[in-house]
Amino acid sequence: MKKNFTFNHNPLLSEKLPVWRARFVLVTLLSAFVALVCRAAWLQGVKTDFLQAKGESRYARVIELPADRGKIVDRHGEVLAVSTPVRSVWAIPDDVSLTPAQSRELARMLGIDASELNRKLASEKEFVYLKRQVPPELADRIAALNLPGIHEQNEFRRFYPTGEVAAHVVGFTDVDDNGQEGIELAFQKDLVGQAGSRRVIKDRRGHIVEDVESIKKPRAGADVVLALDSKIQYLAYSALKQAVAVNKAKAGSAVVIDVKTGEILALVNNPTYNPNNRLRLSGAQLRNRALTDTFEPGSTMKPFTAALALDKGKFRFDTIINCAPGRMTIGSATISDAHPHGALTVAQVIQKSSNIGAAKMALSMPPEEMWQMFDSLGFGSPLKLGFPGEAPGRLRPARIWRPIEQATMSYGHGISVNLMQIAQAYLVFARQGDLIPLSLTRVDTPPLHGKPVFSEQTAREVRAMLESVTQPGGTATLAQVPGYRVGGKTGTAMKIEGGVYANKYVSSFVGLGPISNPRLIVAVMIDEPSGGKHYGGEVAAPVFSEVMAGSLRALGVPPDAPLRPMQVAQTQRTDADVKEGM
Amino acid sequence: MIRLNVILIVLVLASALALVSAQHQSRKLFIELERLQARERALEVEWGQLQLEQSTWAAHSRVEKLARERLHLVTPDPRHVLVLDGDAGAAR
Repeated sequence: MKKNFTFNHNPLLSEKLPVWRARFVLVTLLSAFVALVCRAAWLQGVKTDFLQAKGESRYARVIELPADRGKIVDRHGEVLAVSTPVRSVWAIPDDVSLTPAQSRELARMLGIDASELNRKLASEKEFVYLKRQVPPELADRIAALNLPGIHEQNEFRRFYPTGEVAAHVVGFTDVDDNGQEGIELAFQKDLVGQAGSRRVIKDRRGHIVEDVESIKKPRAGADVVLALDSKIQYLAYSALKQAVAVNKAKAGSAVVIDVKTGEILALVNNPTYNPNNRLRLSGAQLRNRALTDTFEPGSTMKPFTAALALDKGKFRFDTIINCAPGRMTIGSATISDAHPHGALTVAQVIQKSSNIGAAKMALSMPPEEMWQMFDSLGFGSPLKLGFPGEAPGRLRPARIWRPIEQATMSYGHGISVNLMQIAQAYLVFARQGDLIPLSLTRVDTPPLHGKPVFSEQTAREVRAMLESVTQPGGTATLAQVPGYRVGGKTGTAMKIEGGVYANKYVSSFVGLGPISNPRLIVAVMIDEPSGGKHYGGEVAAPVFSEVMAGSLRALGVPPDAPLRPMQVAQTQRTDADVKEGM
Repeated sequence: MIRLNVILIVLVLASALALVSAQHQSRKLFIELERLQARERALEVEWGQLQLEQSTWAAHSRVEKLARERLHLVTPDPRHVLVLDGDAGAAR
């Protein structure tokens, strides 16, 4: 090996260079190369996952796929609640820089004050909503302004086309689409969908160029089919509204139950509210009284006392009970009839609504038997409809009943129930003495037999007594329905205020029809009527009649007490045939 | 040997071109899919709005008001109603 390199023949440059300098350069370059290889190995081998993720995040995006909230529909598929998409406009205050003209324009479009907009944009937060639930067309125009830092997000808004008619059943959701009341809350789990997501590749302009994978499919919320019949619901709503207004009552409730299936066809309360516009809502409007308010039912309990007496064989429907002179002293208390009666049969005790008669029947039976009956009718325990705020009512244990309490309970005082409970209990008379559970949702396979409470014969006999209540001589002739045989029982109970009975009443009527083959139970409760009338037969019975008549017609139940048609049937039928022929 | 190479080169070229064309095809179809999905969503939204509109127009309170006030309809007196028996009703 030569000791010296000569690169040039220029004598000035012919200086002999020491060999270590070439070596030094070589080693330096080599070590730099090794360093590069190491670095590459480090990046490729050890940090590869992190780097790939970083790279992917430059072009791959995970898109949220929103899921619709399920609809709520009535038994015929009529929409009671539906979600439609809206947008929310939000901002990152730090990114926003608007000219005064722009901010005026934005405030105008959002329909808020310019000063309020500026206050929101001056906020320290990283995220502020400018306005929620903006209609999509308006949101598009705002997006078209292309303002920096102003963003939009898709959301849903819930609409209730039936408005206040079904407000208490359907309930409503809050601004984040979570159920707050009624079915919206009770069935939140079913109604709410599951948002999905998918990974896509976007180009520089934000267009999706490739669908990489679907991470999670969005699952739309399930629709809830209610038992409600919106036609019957509307009938009940308008009849109740009118009755509450005419009687200057504080409040009222009505329920309609299908006897064969236990479905709740209608549930209305007054006062009510419009779920589409919930500004200035009061507690009184929100209350679902038929389920959350308990009251002393009064005389609507008497048929149960009579049924128990018949069922135990102690009385027959024609057993004579002496109700004279219209008052009776038990221990230190005296109970009395509103109108004194003489000797009455059991059937007449129900027809005339005699407290004395009911008390005498009750006192002939041990308290345990009565408690057993009340309990198996569902009094004192919640209905378990899954509805928020349902009140169980009050039924005290039999061992602490005093005789006077047993007597008053026989005509519905000293015991409290909600309207739905008493309506359900009347199922035993409408059916063959058995009780089936109620349902808010449509029942496609109704239970054939429920829990037996009374014998079939007892149910039939009490049904006949209930019919006599609506006939001349009974307390509720206003409950009659033209064309149908109906029966029921009035209730007029004094309200307890501060532990004593005040001069305020709860008037109620619970009835069933048609008697020959019961199909519906209608229960009506009017709270504090102050229009001069307070008897259940005057206040609540007309509502019953109107709702029952309309509902039976809506359901196409054949009349069992047909009136003679005013036109000759044959002629009309030919007319119709001729028309059809044309 | 050269012939084999030529054949292989031709095959590789063909496969490469096929890949390009398949990729292009898939992009095109994907855009189509995207467009149709957007349309599906839009239609679904519209359907919801139409349902809403329908039930608003068909609200029982509105129908009753129109029937009574504009068309002067009344509930018939039960004596004017002719009830056909069950069989006749079913035969219709």
